[in-house]
Amino acid sequence: MAQRIVIDPITRIEGHLRIDCEVDGGKVTDAWASGTMWRGVEQILLGRDPRDAWAITQRFCGVCTTVHAIASVRAVENALQMAVPKNAQYIRNLMIAAHAIHDEIVHFYHLSALDWVDVTSALKADPKATADLAESLSAWPHNGVQVQTATKERLATLVGSGQLGIFANGYWGHPAMKLPPEVNLLAVTHYLQALDVQRKANKIVAILGSKTPHIQNVAVGGVSNPIALNSQSVLSIERLLAIKEYIDELKQFITQVYVVDVAAIAAFYPEWTTYGKGVTSYLAAPDFPLDEKGTKFVTNGGYIPDGNLAALKPITTFGDALLRDNVAESVKHSWYQGGKGPLHPYKGETVAEYTDFQEKGKYSFVKSPTFDGKPAQVGPLARVLVAAATNDEAIVKHLTRVLALVEAVGKIKVPLEGLHSTIGRHAARAVMCARNVEILEDQWNLLMANIASGDVHTFEKPVFPAGEIQGFGFHEAPRGMLSHWIVITKGKITNYQAVVPTTWNAAPRNERDEMGPYESSLIGTPLADPERPLEVLRTIHSFDPCLACAVHLVDPDKRDIVQVRAL
Amino acid sequence: MIGRRIVVLGVGNLIMGDEGLGVRCIERLEAAGSLPADVTIVDGGTSTNELLGDLENLDLLVIVDAVVTGGGPGSLIRLEGARIPSALSNKLSPHQHGINDLLAHLELLDRAPGRVVLHGAMPARIELGMDLSPEVEAVLPELMARVVAEVAGAAEAAGVERARA
Repeated sequence: MAQRIVIDPITRIEGHLRIDCEVDGGKVTDAWASGTMWRGVEQILLGRDPRDAWAITQRFCGVCTTVHAIASVRAVENALQMAVPKNAQYIRNLMIAAHAIHDEIVHFYHLSALDWVDVTSALKADPKATADLAESLSAWPHNGVQVQTATKERLATLVGSGQLGIFANGYWGHPAMKLPPEVNLLAVTHYLQALDVQRKANKIVAILGSKTPHIQNVAVGGVSNPIALNSQSVLSIERLLAIKEYIDELKQFITQVYVVDVAAIAAFYPEWTTYGKGVTSYLAAPDFPLDEKGTKFVTNGGYIPDGNLAALKPITTFGDALLRDNVAESVKHSWYQGGKGPLHPYKGETVAEYTDFQEKGKYSFVKSPTFDGKPAQVGPLARVLVAAATNDEAIVKHLTRVLALVEAVGKIKVPLEGLHSTIGRHAARAVMCARNVEILEDQWNLLMANIASGDVHTFEKPVFPAGEIQGFGFHEAPRGMLSHWIVITKGKITNYQAVVPTTWNAAPRNERDEMGPYESSLIGTPLADPERPLEVLRTIHSFDPCLACAVHLVDPDKRDIVQVRAL
Repeated sequence: MIGRRIVVLGVGNLIMGDEGLGVRCIERLEAAGSLPADVTIVDGGTSTNELLGDLENLDLLVIVDAVVTGGGPGSLIRLEGARIPSALSNKLSPHQHGINDLLAHLELLDRAPGRVVLHGAMPARIELGMDLSPEVEAVLPELMARVVAEVAGAAEAAGVERARA
């Protein structure tokens, strides 16, 4: 038999996460988020050609490959003050939207729905009643009684075999599980269907990016896809039409299934619109550039201080000074050499200094970023709130639909304030998914129209000056704003820092000992059974952390209650 | 072989030294043209669900990965079928979640590969860097040869099946 080993610090994905909670009177009273992996990956880029950075940064993380490629080329292009051909922007935008849709669907169904859905309860459901319920909620044609019966039989076989497989680690029968059997069965049906649907989003990325998960077609200065409508080997009309077909199929699932399911879960768990609030300063970058220089975007960016939508400060262009000048990272509570106070990413240092887990000292490999000196939450909720603050009706209309569905199913009215919550983050992700599939369609139309006008230009050759230049690229990735910061000297990389979404959200305490978003979102969360801390997972998963997290609970006397590993 | 579906999947993180040996192995197999044209080579990196479409309804899935073999650095191992998930869930490999989840999803959809074989090598150095250690570099040709033989063996076995039929 194989031996058990621990290699530390090590992970293939963006970092293992550990959460420590203090529980008193059945509620979380203090919390620490700790990234247990050294995040010094940027150092591998030093001395390399900036044109190669995107391919290497794609390997930072197993889940977020495409997003690092995009942020990296944008950083180099910003340093060079380059314009990027319109076709390249559209092709990148298509990949960004398709990747986001993939991520959003997989996150909800395969990485977090089972926090709310009890798979074993689905075995008690009546397939006919399930089909009737489903048909009352949605026009989705694959909700019929035969489909529900098939799901139930598959589950029964799985449970009967004693090998629950992918469902082996759930909190089945937990007192915080509240969905009726029929809703559970419906959710499992959609879990299975979502496995097929996510492939379609991935296929779009694969057609444009030559392959996935690691796209091949990005380049500093554009994309490497030659466009020739009548050729078999390049971006041809057949391939473009195949993309359109996938877009239509995705749109149907997202509007008829995903959005409806999120609203139904919100309706059955209304108390979760009051848990999980945490940091209410929000940061989102604009994305989907529509011109060569990145001055016009489809979605808006901005900074919202302390939940005050009226006080939004807009972020409007690549190289935006508000964003450029207000990001800093503290390592006071992180396992890095420090003592210089918060540093701007251009000056950022990543020299490890590991201590043990010291809750008043250093306890995480994640740095603590701030905007304008304060922690900020990033992610779909930040995007939706920025949209609400800037009257982006294209996004707000989907939010209005979700809230109306919650009201119809649960007979409850959720105020806008209820978005600052665990469920709010799930709802915002579904809203953005519904918007992203429209953006996918729009960008496809823009690309087709631009090609039809005779423009097949996709690449501008970058030229590096002899001296030192610096730049940053941002991208509103599925988990939130991602930024790459680069310093280039004589054509070689001399500093590189990636401030990733999980760094913002999983940040440990900052220079002023203020909690990061994960930490503060857990305060006050009730736990029905501290030995099975499902509620903690619900809130942490709502941020869409990249990976498995280890939840470690201690009581106020600091005795260990339980150590739980959860997916 | 007409209609057989074989994928050779390299997994691992290229920026963590020997962790990326599975991907390095399949890159070199591809560059050398060592595998028959109808065998699909997939660079899985550290991904999971993205790979679902590539791995459905296969006759044979060959996974190449950094694995704790129980032997010294560079020692090789071959595991088959049911031994793979349990081995992986025992932290045989540092990224057991990804591939195990993927195989479990294929099972759930009734589209699991007919056979799954894991070929691995014991890493010597898992740390930031894009090169393989000399120990792993030295055994990579043997690892590649084993993967080629695995695929050839599958082809032969399929031939025998047909002859019987």
